[in-house]
Amino acid sequence: MTDELIGGALIGIAASLLWLGIGRISGMTGVISSLFVVRDTSRHWALWFLAGLLLALPLFYLAGGESPVEMTGNKTLLVAAGLLVGFGTYIGNGCTSGHGVCGMGRLSLRSMLATITFIVAGVVTVAVMNHSGGAL
Amino acid sequence: MTGKMSRAGIPVAFVSGVLFGLGLLISGMNNPAKVRAFLDLFGNWRPELIAVMGSAVVIFALAFQLSKKRRQPLCADAFHEPTLKKTDARLLTGAVMFGVGWGLVGLCPGPALVNILNLNPDVLLFIAALLVGNRLAHYLVGPVKAAK
Repeated sequence: MTDELIGGALIGIAASLLWLGIGRISGMTGVISSLFVVRDTSRHWALWFLAGLLLALPLFYLAGGESPVEMTGNKTLLVAAGLLVGFGTYIGNGCTSGHGVCGMGRLSLRSMLATITFIVAGVVTVAVMNHSGGAL
Repeated sequence: MTGKMSRAGIPVAFVSGVLFGLGLLISGMNNPAKVRAFLDLFGNWRPELIAVMGSAVVIFALAFQLSKKRRQPLCADAFHEPTLKKTDARLLTGAVMFGVGWGLVGLCPGPALVNILNLNPDVLLFIAALLVGNRLAHYLVGPVKAAK
């Protein structure tokens, strides 16, 4: 569980740095939406944040890290899941980072409800898939 | 005046992105199979990922408390705390849709972005659909109206 604790601590430090440094919530949903308003200078920080986020993978490999990505190859499932995640995080104004880490850390009732809801929805989805023969 | 960031804010945002990404990679949050095993509460449940959210939340909570004693961040003119407070059907509908999509494949937005440079076509397809979903919601539903 050491990797999980260290990784989580790094995420917490990253979110703290962004908040104490420039007063922004490190929410990936907001970062993604910023891609569509690149002329809005007040959101340019998100593009720099995204650049750093993308660079993490090659840096991790350079440091000798291994990072398996095991997932379904079912295209229909991938598209359906992507659409749901994109649509859902937009109207719910956040995902695992903005609601799950920052919102919970701020003790926001709204974020706590959102976090509990998406975890329960995820648990139910996995349970249904695994008990119906499983597409994965 | 909001949104003003000093030049030093750029490296702050960049470094924060790198650290965030490394955190996702080290913890294994970017591996969909591990995430789905975490969500598999009624099967072969792997609870380790709780530690990721747990440690991240505690550290951010401390930073957030610390920020209450400051008028502004180090490299910008204001703290942009989210103003939405409503716990309404829109929030819950969005969270349910997100949770279902998350469970189907095991990817949420951050890990999907972190995985981009692997150039795995399945991850790229997921991200393309995610971007389409984001824009569909933007044009069909629109942003939350600023409410008092």
